[in-house]
Amino acid sequence: MVQLTLPKNSKITEGKVWDRPAGANNVREFRVYRWSPDDGKNPHVDTYYVDLDDCGPMVLDALIKIKNEIDPTLTFRRSCREGICGSCAMNIDGSNTLACTKGIDEVKGPVAIYPLPHMEVVKDLVPDLSNFYAQHRSIEPWLKTVTPEPQKEWLQSHADREKLDGLYECILCACCSTSCPSYWWNGDRYLGPAVLLQAYRWLIDSRDEATGERLDNLEDPFRLYRCHTIMNCAQTCPKGLNPAKAIAEIKKMMVERRV
Amino acid sequence: MSNAEAKSSRPLSPHLQVYRWPITMTVSILQRVTGGALYFGTLLIAWWAIAAAAGPGPFSYVSWVFGSWIGLLVLFGYTWALMQHLLGGIRHFVWDFGAGFSKPARDNLAWANIIGSCALTILIWVVALAIR
Repeated sequence: MVQLTLPKNSKITEGKVWDRPAGANNVREFRVYRWSPDDGKNPHVDTYYVDLDDCGPMVLDALIKIKNEIDPTLTFRRSCREGICGSCAMNIDGSNTLACTKGIDEVKGPVAIYPLPHMEVVKDLVPDLSNFYAQHRSIEPWLKTVTPEPQKEWLQSHADREKLDGLYECILCACCSTSCPSYWWNGDRYLGPAVLLQAYRWLIDSRDEATGERLDNLEDPFRLYRCHTIMNCAQTCPKGLNPAKAIAEIKKMMVERRV
Repeated sequence: MSNAEAKSSRPLSPHLQVYRWPITMTVSILQRVTGGALYFGTLLIAWWAIAAAAGPGPFSYVSWVFGSWIGLLVLFGYTWALMQHLLGGIRHFVWDFGAGFSKPARDNLAWANIIGSCALTILIWVVALAIR
């Protein structure tokens, strides 16, 4: 349901301003969302100052530096630091992206960092992705066949394999789904761009034999058709993919199978 | 996994409060807003048509209201809402064919939607005022 304002327990207050590093010339301000389940307080934004002359180039480098040297309680997910695991997805400078591939120099002024939007916060920059993963599971993201298995692998022509380009690269970081106002208002019933891109990835796989069932499962006013082509998904995808286009292709398949 | 009580006290992360609007999102919201405004504009047209059917007295009254500066302003706004929504509809029609999704295409379509609706609105009013 559309609720434009934040619930009472989610209103953000001004938090602590941490000390500037002594003797540094190239200092950048980082304003980071904080919330802890343990102190009963509302979320707040802490201000940290990082010496960029003694820090890696990416936003994740700054976060790790803050955690190591300024405030060890700062909580965030990260793993691969090269844009392939999707763990450090967060809202940086007003759009969703991966902290590890977002250069600090891409942001003008103070770097504002929030968790992925309109999600339940577990702590600080860590959102609860349980619903997102459950939705991914609901589209049955694996090869489904009825013909007997071949002696070796399922073969695919080069042309058919190319249809998966722009889809298989998705790392399920949830940047796109949590950028989507439709997903904000109806995330309980609308599958969202990431999961629908995954659904399309299996729909157009030449080896998959459950296309009809998959389409039946998506033929729903909410699951698929809550996409209103707002395009935030495609604008924000840190991998440069186009979930909006994939969803449009699913909608086309829905029409084509009827005519 | 956490228990249900802890879960319910969890805050909702900020969304509209922090999200920077891309031009495509702005135009999408305009599509909704103008769509809503058109309901109101249609009532104006209905009022005008009913007044015309009711006789010269009511018709001249409605014409006077529409001809006042505030009436003209509302009609100008209605014209723009109609053009914005119409061009937006064409934009959606292009997307229904699976076209116009690339980064330059979607941004250009959004800007063309806004610039086009403003240009058409001005054009309509220049012509309308010229032939009045």
